Amino acid sequence: MRRDRLGYLALLALFLAAPFVAYPVLVMKVLCYALFACAFNLLLGYTGLLSFGHAAFFGTAAYVAGYVLRDWGWPTEAGLLAGMASALLLGWLFGALAIRRQGIYFAMVTLALAQMMYFFFIQAPFTGGEDGLQGVPRGTLLGSVSLENDLTLYYVVLAICAAAFWLIHRTIHSPFGQVLKAIRENEARAVSLGYDVARYKLLAFVLSAGLAGLAGALKTLVLNFASLTDAHWHASGEVVLMTLVGGMGTVLGPVVGAGVIVVLENELADKVGSLVTVIMGAIFVACVLLFRRGVVGEWVAWRGKRRTRS
Amino acid sequence: MKASRIATAIAVAFGLAAGAAQAQISDNMVKIGVLTDMSGAYSDLAGPGAVEAVKMAVEDFKAKNKPAFAIDVVYADHQNKGDIASAKAREWFDRDKVDVITDLVTTSTALAAMKVAKDKNKIALLSGPASTLITNEDCNDVTVHWTYDTYALANGTAKAVVKQGGKTWFFLTADYAFGQSLEKDASAVVTANGGKVLGDVRHPFPGSDFSSYLLKAQASGAQVIGLANAGTDTTNSIKQAAEFGITPKQTLAGLLMFITDVHSLGLKATQGMYLTTGFYWDMNPETRAWSKRFFDRQKKMPTMVQAGLYSAVTHYLNAIKATGTDDTQKVMAQMKKTKINDFFAKNGYIRADGRMMHDMYLAQVKKPEESKYPWDYYWIRQVIPAEEAFQPLSMSKCPLVKK
Amino acid sequence: MTEIFGVPLPALLGQLMLGLVNGSFYAVLSLGLAVIFGMLNIINFAHGALYMTGAFLAWMALNYLGLGYWWSLLLVPLAVGAIGVAIERLLLQWLYKLDHLYGLLLTFGLALIIEGIFRDQYGISGLPYDIPDQLSGAYNLGFMFLPKYRAWVIVASLAVCFATWFMIEKTRLGAYLRAATENPKLTQAFGINVPLMVMLTYGFGVALAGFAGVLAAPATQVNPLMGSNLIIVVFAVVVIGGMGSILGSIVTGLGLGVIEGLTKVYYPEASATVVFIIMVIVLMLRPAGLFGREK
Repeated sequence: MRRDRLGYLALLALFLAAPFVAYPVLVMKVLCYALFACAFNLLLGYTGLLSFGHAAFFGTAAYVAGYVLRDWGWPTEAGLLAGMASALLLGWLFGALAIRRQGIYFAMVTLALAQMMYFFFIQAPFTGGEDGLQGVPRGTLLGSVSLENDLTLYYVVLAICAAAFWLIHRTIHSPFGQVLKAIRENEARAVSLGYDVARYKLLAFVLSAGLAGLAGALKTLVLNFASLTDAHWHASGEVVLMTLVGGMGTVLGPVVGAGVIVVLENELADKVGSLVTVIMGAIFVACVLLFRRGVVGEWVAWRGKRRTRS
Repeated sequence: MKASRIATAIAVAFGLAAGAAQAQISDNMVKIGVLTDMSGAYSDLAGPGAVEAVKMAVEDFKAKNKPAFAIDVVYADHQNKGDIASAKAREWFDRDKVDVITDLVTTSTALAAMKVAKDKNKIALLSGPASTLITNEDCNDVTVHWTYDTYALANGTAKAVVKQGGKTWFFLTADYAFGQSLEKDASAVVTANGGKVLGDVRHPFPGSDFSSYLLKAQASGAQVIGLANAGTDTTNSIKQAAEFGITPKQTLAGLLMFITDVHSLGLKATQGMYLTTGFYWDMNPETRAWSKRFFDRQKKMPTMVQAGLYSAVTHYLNAIKATGTDDTQKVMAQMKKTKINDFFAKNGYIRADGRMMHDMYLAQVKKPEESKYPWDYYWIRQVIPAEEAFQPLSMSKCPLVKK
Repeated sequence: MTEIFGVPLPALLGQLMLGLVNGSFYAVLSLGLAVIFGMLNIINFAHGALYMTGAFLAWMALNYLGLGYWWSLLLVPLAVGAIGVAIERLLLQWLYKLDHLYGLLLTFGLALIIEGIFRDQYGISGLPYDIPDQLSGAYNLGFMFLPKYRAWVIVASLAVCFATWFMIEKTRLGAYLRAATENPKLTQAFGINVPLMVMLTYGFGVALAGFAGVLAAPATQVNPLMGSNLIIVVFAVVVIGGMGSILGSIVTGLGLGVIEGLTKVYYPEASATVVFIIMVIVLMLRPAGLFGREK
């Protein structure tokens, strides 16, 4: 436990210092996607459910937050909460439908539901369709501190993400989290032990959706923009990749994975153009074949070998 | 005593230096960013050719003026997506010290980048996008809309087609800001000239299979199918319409067509079509000379977007030379004060709403037997003077325009 | 002009025909997916990319080798099948012991790679591929205009679907394939080379995708995103039909194409989502799909 704490503190220190050495908007993007990936991992790594439609929650919250902030002039905090609430609601709806199926079918249902949301967003006038929802104001913190400054916004975003991350950490290490892990390991046994497995899965799904929504709303705040890209199934695939690269079933894995993927995409986009997709695909393939535990997973395993664990 | 006097002297010296520095170029470098579609539906009409045009403008300026400051050109692909354009523009302005952003073909990218430019107090020179929103509801004082817009296109092409007898119309529209804008302006022109709009159908952008949309257009029975789209969307619509036997019974009106489209479709498929353009390479010795230079580099004749971009960047660099600074407000003021006289425009000027006023041309595509040499594609049927071609300032919804 | 529910007959029939054409593509593609899933328990996310590869190979055959449409129709599916065999041998076979989801992830990555390469080389605007002369033009049926090529697509797809169904259900090779899926160990014990069966199955499944690609090339533009746009709908079709059911995919594919066409006429806004809505309903009522068996 103590080693984990050191790890978290090191990461926090890294993020506190980051905006002075790197472009703040890029690091904020990393934070948003890290939150997205952590939320996703709650479902995949800890409950064993692969959702291929998480972009629906990310995108819905992004659009809702963008809309209320820009067109209804809501205060920033209210906008973020509205985005998160919409994702929670959607998560509850989709979850109730999808939980009934398992494995591949579950993934397919989530994908289909997400596609429906995507097409809805194309049609709906409030999203601006192909043009996207542009010019979302950053507003102020608690009505007094302006968030237009990148540095100020950065620390606010960091605080929110850290809080959400702490929430995930607490959830995983709680009795509730233990039941989720039990479901992942052997669902039949969990049922036979008397747990209402469906309810636990739904709760995990809703929580995951809500936090993914928070990530989407934050992203809209940072980039002042919500667009169809946020709700496209490629975004769902990206978050799977981040979790895979970082390490499924580890707490910090998704953060690392998000960092790697976002930075890589950013650096490569100008240099290699369309080949970015090829590289992402190659990383996917390599991870599935050779690197299944991901960066953090491999590191934990390596450390475990170095000292015999009890 | 002595220390404080020295301190004051130093402070004054710094103050003078700072004041002098303000009248200079930031980091002694003018960085021009070209944000365009490098590989998608619009890459032929803008894309690498647009980057080339900007490079030519910079080279020519350097050769003519031998400036003391450096000029650098950077470019990126926005993939026709507003969010990518917004993020790239922000990164360029924040991190890479880019001073001006140019082209921005695809209206959604233009609208996004204009906002960022205004936030960061940098200039945006738009050549590629078409929507009149740029000089109306979304106008700002750091943006110039250089080459053409949907109002001018509607006024030219739609009017000509209606006058030819095409009274009933049905629109096939690219479902984003540009297509909607073009449909709106063209519909207004059709109705104003005694025609009737029977309906419309919107297709996703970019599209690939237009068959079901074209069938709707066919079912409407309209005489004219107005194509409110551009680039490969237009060329594919035209090809597929032929496949379904829609033409020649119904006429296709390509509301936005470029010489690259005519080149890829061939004269057989496009002969007789009307189109409105801001530039044609073969109009006079000046345009021919410049276009030949462009052709030597790109192996294609320039479109109005690429030629307009050269003109815009040259005007910008001249304004910097005249004012001695790259400060946005000063340069914009200088640009609005001076007329544009080059191969692209004669007596052109920038209006309060950001619109660059210059003559437009109504062209008609030649028949195959009328074309005598490569790229000899157009008859110029009419010169539309600037004041007639573009939306009058009195009708403008731009907040900058004083009524 | 006769009208049905306010839509003129030529328009309705035209859209129905387009629906049948789309349905044919859905049928052939979902057939390939169903065969692969039925035998290998792998969701082949790369199916769309391989369909696109088929179309590109046809284009390349024409422009680089001078081989026309009819040659492509024969050779391209073989080429794509060979690519499939390579994928199976080099990459997929290591995943059979793992959770099925890894197969999905691997093929997803493959799809990204294949699409990215073509995107990089050819941009996304699409390349032209002309309809072969024997099939150009249209039949003017009076009440509607039927382009010959589109009619050919329907006929060719149905023929291939029927041939596949026949081979799997009625021939000995098909019997071996089905046995190898149901009980690989027992089948292996009988002396049948199960890994070979698996390899051939994957190759055959993607060859079907390649075939669909060649069919599509003259109809739509050959562009790197053509598979990506289609694949999700095809997944929905397979789920509705019942994953692993051959007949299910064919019938569902055609049926959904027609339903989509009708939706485009009467309620166009929903045309993109109607397949997914149906999928959700079917999954709630008949979890294994319309023709599937719960595994």
